[in-house]
Amino acid sequence: MAEELLQVRNLQVNVEDKQILHSIDLDIKPGETHVLMGPNGAGKSTLGYALMGNPKYTITGGSIVFNGEDITKLSVDKRAKAGLFLSFQNPLEVPGISLSSFLKTALEQQRGVRIKAWDFRKELRQAMALLQMDNKYAERDLNTGFSGGEKKKAEILQLLMLNPQLAILDETDSGLDVDAVKIVSQGIKTFQEHRNGALLIITHNTKILEALHVDKTHILAQGSIIKNAGPELVEEISKHGFEQFLQK
Amino acid sequence: MEEKTFVEDIDRSLYDFRNEDKDAYRIEEGLTKEIVEQISREKHDPEWMREFRLKSLDVYNKTPMVQWGPSIEGLNMDNIVTYVRPNTKMQGKWEDVPDDIKDTFERLGIPQAEQTSLAGVGAQYDSELVYHNVRKEVEEQGVVYTDMESALNGPYADMVKEHFMMLVPPTDHKFAALHGAVWSGGSFVYVPKGVKVAIPLQSYFRLNAKGAGQFEHTLIIVDEGADLHFIEGCSAPKYNVANLHAGCVELFIAKNAKLRYSTIENWSKNMYNLNTKRALVAEGGTIEWVSGSFGSHVSYLYPMSVLNGEGAHSEFTGVTFAGHGQNLDTGCKVVHNAPHTTSVVNTRSISKSGGISTFRSSVVVTNKAKQAKSSVSCQSLMLDNISRSDTIPAIDVRTADADIGHEAKIGRISDDAVFYLMSRGISEEEARAMIVSGFADNVSKELPLEYAVEMNNLIRLEMQGSIG
Ligand SMILES: Nc1ncnc2c1ncn2[C@@H]1O[C@H](COP(=O)(O)OP(=O)(O)OP(=O)(O)O)[C@@H](O)[C@H]1O
Ligand SMILES: [Mg+2]
Repeated sequence: MAEELLQVRNLQVNVEDKQILHSIDLDIKPGETHVLMGPNGAGKSTLGYALMGNPKYTITGGSIVFNGEDITKLSVDKRAKAGLFLSFQNPLEVPGISLSSFLKTALEQQRGVRIKAWDFRKELRQAMALLQMDNKYAERDLNTGFSGGEKKKAEILQLLMLNPQLAILDETDSGLDVDAVKIVSQGIKTFQEHRNGALLIITHNTKILEALHVDKTHILAQGSIIKNAGPELVEEISKHGFEQFLQK
Repeated sequence: MEEKTFVEDIDRSLYDFRNEDKDAYRIEEGLTKEIVEQISREKHDPEWMREFRLKSLDVYNKTPMVQWGPSIEGLNMDNIVTYVRPNTKMQGKWEDVPDDIKDTFERLGIPQAEQTSLAGVGAQYDSELVYHNVRKEVEEQGVVYTDMESALNGPYADMVKEHFMMLVPPTDHKFAALHGAVWSGGSFVYVPKGVKVAIPLQSYFRLNAKGAGQFEHTLIIVDEGADLHFIEGCSAPKYNVANLHAGCVELFIAKNAKLRYSTIENWSKNMYNLNTKRALVAEGGTIEWVSGSFGSHVSYLYPMSVLNGEGAHSEFTGVTFAGHGQNLDTGCKVVHNAPHTTSVVNTRSISKSGGISTFRSSVVVTNKAKQAKSSVSCQSLMLDNISRSDTIPAIDVRTADADIGHEAKIGRISDDAVFYLMSRGISEEEARAMIVSGFADNVSKELPLEYAVEMNNLIRLEMQGSIG
């Protein structure tokens, strides 16, 4: 049995005083790709935030173990350094910080060493080329004035640069045009295949999954995981919706 | 994460080192006719200047203390030493500057910057310049950059006399009068017609003496079609008694000339910074103020542009950071006094740990200024609930066709943005510092790289230890 990379046990999460997630169990092994689907407002983003450690989402019970370490109480930056990544459903705009200087700072914090400007630029150019992003974006303020699709591409750029062990992608495909979905999907595939990265993909759309290998699928509804299955479940949901699962 | 502790004392060792006082001459504390006469003698003033000083002292004695703005009660003129001459003549080579003073400027990075990115440097230590040097190429262009004392007695004496405290007369306010009486140090710059100085000149003012005042006078004349970037830096170690800075900057921008005047001010937090800066801009000329105010206990600072010729333009880009114990009253004034004059004011103010930051802007459009255009934008960032940030705009328009815009915004650091940056492995402190630096990028992106880096370091210093 391979060691679990992520082990979520009986996780309960509140926003302010309202319980959003009830009792979540989730196991992800290194290199595995899991798909998380569910109706709007089910709590998918909440799960992503709670795993990443957003202080607005209070963990009231249960535990998160990552790489054998209990990270339930760990600060956000330490989780990131431990190898966790979240691609935001709505990436924040941060004026006055260029995408490239932000990424360089993040990489330096992660690696604990200064990176030579030249080496960094080479790495960045490569990743941007893969995502067919114009180099000019690197010098623009982080997400500021980026279109919805550009923000999502910039998230995947960060994923490729930071190279975590587990990436949670929260509706990275929403807002992308047909071509962009393909490009982003290629980026994710690179992460999956060449870096053996594990993924938890939150999506409403199966398009992004077409080119990707999927190991497991979960349905989250009203704050609980109501179904765990293999990749075939994706197809079924896209044909018939969630209705049949919700009735049970 | 939730718990935040405030550590008020940040590491200022970079700026906060003191040298033992080894001054050659130090005048008595206080302000009397005798003291003013003595300064005049020490400085070998021409006769007109001696009279000017005494008249200014008169004005000073008749003018009441400033009653508006932050309190300056902690400032007692009877305790201020108005003139401290360092233990050296002005030198043209760093090797010749005494070691302790040279070390000071080395720690501040001045000789290094001079090597790489400046056309000339003046370094003032207490009341007088200890070093002055201009690159040969620049000198060959006819650019004059010298200390005020030499200027008063040199070939440009008449030009100095004609302009000295013409824009800021001693009657302007009490501290202008004080300046007129006891000024010393500072620089004189003349850029001849059509000369474009490719890289900046810099003056650095360091006040080392405890309980002293610094009253440097900067006079810059940029002749027709010429172009100059002048950088001013200042700092001082912290003492537990009041220090005073009442400098004066007068800038004359002739027809179609352009001057950029950049300042990174980082006085120590016992300093009363009551500085006056003014620019007179002729037809088609441009003044660009770039200003970062970080230090001092109390500041009153409102650089003013008088747009006196058709199409003259003023741009003010500023950031003010008020931390614990600081009350920084800053802003800018623009007088549109000719047709088609334009002005842009873009400022950011940050307050933290109980600091107070007030931004005053004043835009005056006289009846001569047909089709004047002005836009003022001020954004404030408050880093906690105990700090304050106010915006006080004043607009006085005497024409029917002026185009005036004003916008003010007050905000806080977004928790979501902090979370976002942290989710990439950046610590909370670093994330906040990045957001604040980003907020102040209106100024940093206008500064030469080294200065932008220094400014971001200052922000980082101020942000240190603000999180538990
Ligand atoms: N910060 C918050 N403040 C208040 N309520 C919140 C907050 N975050 C989430 N909620 C609530 O929690 C519930 C779950 O929200 P969440 O964003 O996790 O849903 P989701 O499954 O990601 O939905 P979608 O598919 O629309 O993105 C919703 O009812 C939402 O209103
Ligand atoms: Mg969501």
